[in-house]
Amino acid sequence: MKRPMNAEGIKLSDQITLVDYLELGDDPHLVANECRACGAKFFDRRNACASCGKTEFHRVRVASGGEVRAFTIVSFAAPGVPVPFVAALVDCDGTSVRANLINVEADPDHVSLGMKVRLATYSLGEDSNGTEAIGFGFEPQEAHDNGK
Amino acid sequence: MANDDVWILGIHMTKFGKHPDLDVVDLAAEAAMGALDDGGVGIKDMGVMAAGCLMMASAGIGQQLQKQIGQTGIPVYNVANACATGATALRTVIMAVRAGECDMGLAVGVEKLSGAGLLSGGSRKSDDDTWTRHGRYGAVAPIDGRIGTETMPGVFAQIGMEYGHKYGGTSFELFARISEKNHSHSTLNPLASYSKAMSLEQIMGDMMIAYPNTRPMCSANCDGAAAAVIVSDAKLRTLDPDQRRRAVKVSASVLTSDPWEESCQVLPDVNTLTRNAAKLAYEQAGVGPEDLDLVELHDCFATAELVHYDNLMLCPVGGAVDFFESGATWRDGSKPVNVSGGLESKGHPIAATGIANVWEVAHHLRGEAGARQIEGATVGLAHVIGLGSACGIHILEKAAG
Repeated sequence: MKRPMNAEGIKLSDQITLVDYLELGDDPHLVANECRACGAKFFDRRNACASCGKTEFHRVRVASGGEVRAFTIVSFAAPGVPVPFVAALVDCDGTSVRANLINVEADPDHVSLGMKVRLATYSLGEDSNGTEAIGFGFEPQEAHDNGK
Repeated sequence: MANDDVWILGIHMTKFGKHPDLDVVDLAAEAAMGALDDGGVGIKDMGVMAAGCLMMASAGIGQQLQKQIGQTGIPVYNVANACATGATALRTVIMAVRAGECDMGLAVGVEKLSGAGLLSGGSRKSDDDTWTRHGRYGAVAPIDGRIGTETMPGVFAQIGMEYGHKYGGTSFELFARISEKNHSHSTLNPLASYSKAMSLEQIMGDMMIAYPNTRPMCSANCDGAAAAVIVSDAKLRTLDPDQRRRAVKVSASVLTSDPWEESCQVLPDVNTLTRNAAKLAYEQAGVGPEDLDLVELHDCFATAELVHYDNLMLCPVGGAVDFFESGATWRDGSKPVNVSGGLESKGHPIAATGIANVWEVAHHLRGEAGARQIEGATVGLAHVIGLGSACGIHILEKAAG
């Protein structure tokens, strides 16, 4: 794994993504396994295509901007899961993605259907080896733009 | 002349609710013996049994039941199909009878769920000491709560919200009013877990579980069982006039799974398989949604009931909100839905649900539903969804004459 450096050339911690379909670098993005035969996209390790049954896949980039097609604000979850949080189905240019909405208040006044969002990453913290796990969510495009 | 029709000869459901002194076998036995008694037959008349108890799916509930009510050596199918387990047991017996393997069979569903919390996403492993990839997503840590939600209230909340995004008109209040209807309906059902009416304010002000579903908008975890005796047309003709009069015709029995759709592995698609099952069921039965006098559908959450109005074609595509707003689905409306109180109020002892909803419909068709009788009911539909997914639909008709 590439060991990132900061501007002064000082070594930063190793990083690992929360899931293997998140890719980091200058432009973090999600990747999907796309069926070569029918174009169906999947985020998990595949045995074959659930749409057509063929077995050849290639990795394709998923658009990082999207629109909230459905959401819920989870107030009751397993012990250890911080609540409330916003779980959503995001339509990324035709590819549906499951994610939390982050960098937004978890209440119905701040989250809406059709809201434009973009991929954002965050740190889950370091493990005992000093490796930092990086997760992803989607944040409102508007708030982000306003902040610029 | 006999044909390949099959009939419900006897059917029974236990009181849904808390049964601290009864175990699953007690509840299953009460339902099974009740169904046999209702049909005027005995365990020795049964040629096949199918049984389900989702929380004990590997425990052989069918054989455990036999050891209490009759070990007759017949084939037993223990089935598990999420919340469609009961419908799957029923359909297994229907298939065996239709196939001519026997002329009568028993389907049983039972569950003890009182006091259970979240049935999925109810626990999450703590993070490992080192980030190591696991599973099909190569996740280095548990993803529930980090990449969306695995909780059922949250999943079904999104399913209702998605409908709202597609067609408009939904709101927290609209979903709460669906729940208000079902809690009102259950006041007439002595076998329901909860039979107190709840005001809109109470429902909206209750504990939020997963917006827009508050606690009373979620299916009620409870104990209960239901069972049915299925008989072939040929056999029914040999039985007493009173048994024939009370027999209820199974006009359609359908089970589907979810066909691949673009987003179905991201957010479960409970729509396509329900619509497919409904189309097939209407075709099998030779009836349309306009012919239904009552519908028991899988309102595991208030947000789910709305989408199934559309999936079962009770309203035009995209018209579920207007359909509900018209008052159609209240018990005095044109298309009563969940007059039992539904899963939100009658309760949802998982494997019992897919037979208990058939019991409800059958009760009305027999004219035996007491205070909540839908007058003159002759055709009804019972629907369940098991997430994963499985959809079971049974259409039932009153015996002619």
